[in-house]
Amino acid sequence: MDSAFTERRRRDLIVAIALAAIAAVVPLFVKNVYVQNVMVLTLMWGALSQSWNILSGYCGQISLGHALYFGIGAYTTVLLFTKFGVLPWFGMLGGGVISAAIAMALGYPCFRLRGHYFVIATIVIAEIGLLLFHNWDWAGAAMGIEVPVRGDSWLKFQFPRSKLPYFYFALALACVAWFVTWWLENSKWGFWWRAVKDNPDAAESLGVVVFNSKMGAAAVSAFLVAVGGSFYAQFVSYIDPESVMGFQFSLLMALPAVLGGIGTLWGPLLGAVILIPLTELTRSYVGGSGRGVDLIVYGGLIIAISLARPQGLIGLFAFKRPVRSPALERKEAVQ
Amino acid sequence: MTAEAIIQSLASGLLMGLLYGLIAVGLALIFGLMDVVNFAHGEFLMIAMYATFFLFAFFAIDPLLSMPLVAAALFVFGAVIYLLIVRFAMRAKANAGMVQIFSTFGLAIVMRGLAQYFFTPDYRSVTNSWLGGKTVSVAGIFLPVPQLVGALVAIAAFGGLYLFINRTDFGRALEATREDAGAVALVGIDQNKVFALGWGLGAALVGLAGAIMAIFFYTYPDVGASFALIAYVTVALGGFGSVFGAFAGGIIVGLVEASTAMLLPPSLKSVGIYAVYLLVVFVRPRGLFGSM
Repeated sequence: MDSAFTERRRRDLIVAIALAAIAAVVPLFVKNVYVQNVMVLTLMWGALSQSWNILSGYCGQISLGHALYFGIGAYTTVLLFTKFGVLPWFGMLGGGVISAAIAMALGYPCFRLRGHYFVIATIVIAEIGLLLFHNWDWAGAAMGIEVPVRGDSWLKFQFPRSKLPYFYFALALACVAWFVTWWLENSKWGFWWRAVKDNPDAAESLGVVVFNSKMGAAAVSAFLVAVGGSFYAQFVSYIDPESVMGFQFSLLMALPAVLGGIGTLWGPLLGAVILIPLTELTRSYVGGSGRGVDLIVYGGLIIAISLARPQGLIGLFAFKRPVRSPALERKEAVQ
Repeated sequence: MTAEAIIQSLASGLLMGLLYGLIAVGLALIFGLMDVVNFAHGEFLMIAMYATFFLFAFFAIDPLLSMPLVAAALFVFGAVIYLLIVRFAMRAKANAGMVQIFSTFGLAIVMRGLAQYFFTPDYRSVTNSWLGGKTVSVAGIFLPVPQLVGALVAIAAFGGLYLFINRTDFGRALEATREDAGAVALVGIDQNKVFALGWGLGAALVGLAGAIMAIFFYTYPDVGASFALIAYVTVALGGFGSVFGAFAGGIIVGLVEASTAMLLPPSLKSVGIYAVYLLVVFVRPRGLFGSM
């Protein structure tokens, strides 16, 4: 086996465990609720972007409609709990499964589309979902639904008095999303996805089942995003269509990956660590009363990074050499 | 619902559809020229509407008269955006598609932020313009005058564009560049200049649409977002890059929207447009008139 590639993967895993351990002790020293809140959001968006990256980064199917899965995760959990008393933990799983099923049902016709036709189809489908929820009276329509909060409870996954449980759940979610990506990167699927991204026709001719590999990526990606959505619903304890399914959520899921490095293992987390605190800070310090300064800073940053570093900020780290697959290295060894 | 009411609402749908075509055609032109989707297209419409509003509010210039001024201003704006941003986005070596999407998205967000900062989030409207609020009766059907004039402007603009592309040197350079940008450079046409003029022309067309829209629609920083999605659907329906596909796509979108509004609650009227888009691309993955 090629030592450089496995070596890098082992180092990635060690770095990840170390970072997770450090992150786990941070809130023991940082007691400020505002800062804790920003940390929860950073981890959540990191996890979401990591999940988005599986379909859009690795497999190259750029989706700007992932808010649909986020919203379905949130709504499934809250509706099951408020209407039938089903605990959020089951709602979380249920939301994930429903989202994965919907992703595959939608993928069936959509994955024949390419380029901008595909991107616009994803936007349009998420918009239809948003409009349907807007008009669905049983699900609270435009008014939304509130989660009845009765005090701290792990069983009901609600903690009105402390951010810590949310922090640890978000950390776990980020770890799971990272680990799934890490694991898939070196699996048959991971290699198929990159082949599909680079050249679907060539991949098909070499025996990659392009359609199935897109479906697989969509299902994994949608499942994880829905779990993130149901976490978010518990975290904010009030949802309405705009606040969980609006287009801005699709965009917010894509941006950390784009800034950090799309289709890379560390890109989404790096992007989230930079982007989310920056957004929250500009919002609280200069963005007050809808003056729009936060938007100017935010948009300016997106333009600057996408023009100056199209491969993402991850390329700035010297230790991060370009991903080399064992197959490529074998080929070079033969020559 | 009476037959008269149905004809009435299809007629307004047709007028609105022609206007959608005019909003979308700049997008189609730019895409056809250089394979770039401008995700700030809705914001181009937004500033055109603000320009119209301010010319009316400060200088009492009626939107009908300011239309050429707004189009000219947008022409300059579009060319400058190309030279400042898009030119560099096209040079990206990695993730080229992603860079184009997100650099123009970033531009859209900045423009919205600037509009909020300088113009406040308030809703503005042009009151007491020559055309505003007037209707005209044609064969028993009442048509709103601003939309009617908008539809006529759209038809004229498409006619002008047709002549322009086919009869002028610049139009031929535009067509040649979209066929083969590399070969064009060999015969001495400056590709950068053609692209900049293409962006200017695309923006000027949305400028015309903005001047009309300002007469009968509220102007506010986020106004572009709702029309942008309709414009993408219009362009994709017709087939990306096909200028006359955008014309046909606009008419279809207008009629579908009007029909959906008769069948479903008004808040769901866009669902019809989106559903038709999906149906069309599922059957024809490159739109109605796009090359396969």
